[in-house]
Parts: sequence; C-alpha cells; structure tokens
Amino acid sequence: MGNRVAIVGAGMTKFVRRAQETGKELCYEAAKMALDSCDMNLDQIDAVALGTAPDTFDGVHMKGEYLSDGAGAFGKPYMRSYVGGGTGVFSVAQGWYHIASGLMDTCLVICEEKMSSYRPHPQGAFLTIFDHTTERPLKPNLLWIFALEMNRYMSTYGLRKEDIALVAVKNKNNALDHPCAQIAKAVTVKDILNSEVLAWPVQRLDVSPVSDGAVALILTNETIARRVTNKPVWIEGVGWSLETSYWTNRDLCYPRYVEEAARMAYKMAGVTCPRQQIHVAEPYDPFDYKELHHMEGLMLCGKGEAPQMTVDGITQRDGELPVCPSGGLLGVGNPIAAAGLMKVAELFWQLRGEAGKRQIARKPKRGVAQAWGDLMQVGTVVVVGI
Amino acid sequence: MPKKLKSKTQKARRTRQETKPQSLTPNLQFMGTGLSSDDLKKGKVCTTYWIGDTKYAWDRGIAIGKYLEGMKHGKILGVECHKCGRKMVPPRIFCEWCFKPIDNWIELFDTGTVNTFSLCYVTWDMQRVKNPIIPAVIEIDGASKGMGIMHLLGEIDPKKVHIGMKVKAVWKSEKEREGAITDIKYWKPVK
Repeated sequence: MGNRVAIVGAGMTKFVRRAQETGKELCYEAAKMALDSCDMNLDQIDAVALGTAPDTFDGVHMKGEYLSDGAGAFGKPYMRSYVGGGTGVFSVAQGWYHIASGLMDTCLVICEEKMSSYRPHPQGAFLTIFDHTTERPLKPNLLWIFALEMNRYMSTYGLRKEDIALVAVKNKNNALDHPCAQIAKAVTVKDILNSEVLAWPVQRLDVSPVSDGAVALILTNETIARRVTNKPVWIEGVGWSLETSYWTNRDLCYPRYVEEAARMAYKMAGVTCPRQQIHVAEPYDPFDYKELHHMEGLMLCGKGEAPQMTVDGITQRDGELPVCPSGGLLGVGNPIAAAGLMKVAELFWQLRGEAGKRQIARKPKRGVAQAWGDLMQVGTVVVVGI
Repeated sequence: MPKKLKSKTQKARRTRQETKPQSLTPNLQFMGTGLSSDDLKKGKVCTTYWIGDTKYAWDRGIAIGKYLEGMKHGKILGVECHKCGRKMVPPRIFCEWCFKPIDNWIELFDTGTVNTFSLCYVTWDMQRVKNPIIPAVIEIDGASKGMGIMHLLGEIDPKKVHIGMKVKAVWKSEKEREGAITDIKYWKPVK
C-alpha cells in the first residue's frame, strides 16, 4: 500500500494542568525535541501535519494558523486535521498519506492542546457538541454521554465498578514511570470507588484530567529512514471510521466505528489475528471503561471480555498484552489531540526499547494505538511495527 | 445483578518485573512549565482576560421543525424509510443509511423504555447539585428497536431508576407548549 513510511523521531512536552508556555511555545518545544532526537533540522522537513482539537479552548479562531510558526510550518505545505478526540492518532494517518503517496519524503506530525485558557472550566467548551435544538435546551453537560455509555456497557455485560476501576489503577500506576505525567499516582480500587460521584457511574478518578501539552513525530520514507536511523518504526496500517451523529440511535455498548477503523488498519498491516499479532496496545482511555470498550473494538478480545483480561493481569505492563504501558490519558494526562499522539510516541519508544522505566521486557515487535472522539463516534487507528 | 469477576490466572495483579531491562534510553529532556493556581494568585504570570459575547439563533430546519410542531400538539413524530424499514426518531428528511428521501411521517407513542441513564451531581462547570439530574436515552415506542432520544427522568426516586424501565412523557399544558423539546417536562415511570 503506497511507499513505506517510518517514524524516526519523537518529542513531547510535559503534560500539565496549566502551562506557562503558550500553545505556539509548546509546539516548538515538542517539534524541536523530535527533530533533535533524529538529528534532523527543519530544512529536511517537506510538510507539516498539525492536529489540535476545538478552537473554543483557546478562544483563537483558526488555531492551526496561530500555531503554525511554533509547529515549524513556515514556508511549507501545512494542514490542520481535526476529528475531536480522535485527532492525535488521525494526524499520523494524515502524515502517512503525504509520504505513502510519494508526494512528500518527510513530514513533521505535531499535536498540541492547551485547555487551561478556558474559564472557569474547559468542560464549557464541550457544551456546543450537543444538538442545538433537540438536546441543548435540556442543559446537558459533557459527562452525561460518557455516563450514559458506561452505564449501558456495565449493564449489558453485568459488570461491577470494582472491575472497571482496575483500569484506572493500572494506568495511574504505570504513569509513575512517565517523566511527563500529570496525575500519576499509586491508587487502589478503593480510592477510585471512594472518589466523588460526578455523574453516576462516573466518579472523579474514573476520568482523565484537563491538560496542556504537545507531542511531535518525524515521519520519513524508507530511503531517508535508513539514512537517519538504524531503528525505524514502520507505520504498517492506518484506519479511521465514523458512526452516525444520531448518537441516541446507536448501540452504546459496542464501538463499531473502532472495529471498522481497526479492520482497515489491520488489513493494511496484514494482521489477521490481533490478539496474537499485536504485542502492545495503546487504546484511548479518557475514562477507565473506554479502555475496555476500545480493546473490544480493536478486537484484542471478544465483546464484553476486556474486564476479565484486566482482572487476569494480562494488560499489565508485564502481562501477555500490555495495554497503556505509558499510563494513558488517565495517568499521563489528556491534552486532547496531543494525548492521542502521545500514544503513538509511546509505541515508538517501546518498539525501539527506549521507554526507560516503562520498557516492556518482552521486546514488542508490533503495536496498535487508537483514539476516539467527535460526538463519541470516530475511531482512528494506527498499527506500527519493527 | 452485576457478577463478580474472578481472576483465572495465578499471575493476576502481578507486581512489576524484578529484572529491569537494559536501559538504552537516550537522555531525554522534556520541556513544559506547570503552573499552580497559587502561582496565578501570587501573580507569577500575567494573565489577559477576555469575555466573549457571541449570540446565535438556530432556525429549526425542515425535519426538526415538523418534529417540534408535533411537540406543540403533544405528539412525538418520527419518519420511516421503506428501503431499510427503519422507523426513526429524531426525524430527518433523508435516510442516512440508504441516502434517499424518507418515505413517510408517522406518529409515535409518548411512552418508551430507558436504554441507559445517569445520576448527575455536577453542572457543566463542576458545581455540585444536591438532587441528581437524571438524563437518559429513551427508546420511543412505535419507532424501530434502539431508536432513542435524550431526555430527562422525573417523579422518581433516583435509587429506583433502572435500564429497561417503562416511562411516559409528562407534557407541559397545551397553553405552555411552544414547539420545543422542553414541551416534555420529563419522563416518569409507568405504574
């Protein structure tokens, strides 16, 4: 499928609740780190693919243009992509087709989010995702849709909160080893069950935080990849798919759109049995139940089986199939678009054996990253391998 | 009742691997400066404030316009596509599956089944409320299976709400109705 595309460098900023740096400055720090990591400079970059989520967070219309200089886009083909929370992983697909098509030799993929500018709370920026005529008069808040989906998932499979909370425990603990983590913490299931109830069944510690941060990757074609590194990480497959925006008409207990995106990416990567052929997974985990939901959508287990895998310890960093070894959004933080790209950066470091204290001992050869967004309806998937 | 999941393997909740992998990690330097609310209070950084004043008015469109006109008369309207056979709500002028115009308008019942719900104790800006707001997806009787709308539940003890519960719309009086989703005050359990 097109020219081979490799990831050769990665960079990121710390994820923090409120960064002193502006969005532009965060972009620069991440992009510079990524370029330095593979001894490349901006002159060697043919195009820039930027991902960033709502303009409303920043109060800056056309945020892509605002960020462009920090993103290294001066004098280059540059485009911002935006599929809500799915943006971070989608932006890798955007970078991929620039190079796979042969149009470009190299591409800087960069994702930034600065949620802290919105006052009093960035959740307000999400209120406008609901239908303006049939839903917004009911004064909804963003937590509703997650709570509704989580409740449907729990009741369909008869799950207990205790078992779902294990995901938050695992990810927050994993994040203790991530130098950029915002809310890494050694928590227990009890802490999670005792945390404040926001919108039952969603409690405070089931949720990822509000964050600022940026992440960047350097993508190149095979010729350049061989020149700049002896450890290229290949993008083997990309996929994305969208569900209906009539979300109250959907099956809320299974993310079919994630399955469709995964099938597209797996087909491209030649993955026929994901459970056997995927060695590490970074599914999107803005809420603890979402990791489980997405593992099922990624076909890493059957429908309703992800909680059992978690209870069995299979998804621990030293388990058979480590899931979110980075610490995920629940531990490292959730600067929307940047969080998705952080997942791909984590796979890059894991596959190269450069993940430091987070390194999976079993030497993974292939990983999958996934993000999710829009009105709970988009699935974006990237498969990488060495 | 939710079932308790038991670990099948002995290795459950294992602690971290004893032997550390060889560190090949380059000495990565991560930038980014976190600020606390205290930093802001103490004026460590300058902050510029701006309050946006944006106003919108949405015209209701063809399908939703008719839907809300129905609400005014105390009716829930849906649409039908003869190709895929779905009876849909909220109504639309086209079937997004078959990508063709819908064939028929139909009147649905003002009763339904709770598909899922939440007990919400916070407002959008994270202020606590004492009595939970109970949003739900309600599958409307007369529409195809799974066709729901989002609305609120009322006149019920939050502890007694459950998925699969039958509910009925509580309408505003005819005089108060104005052709809005809020013409239904909330949905209450069917006794």
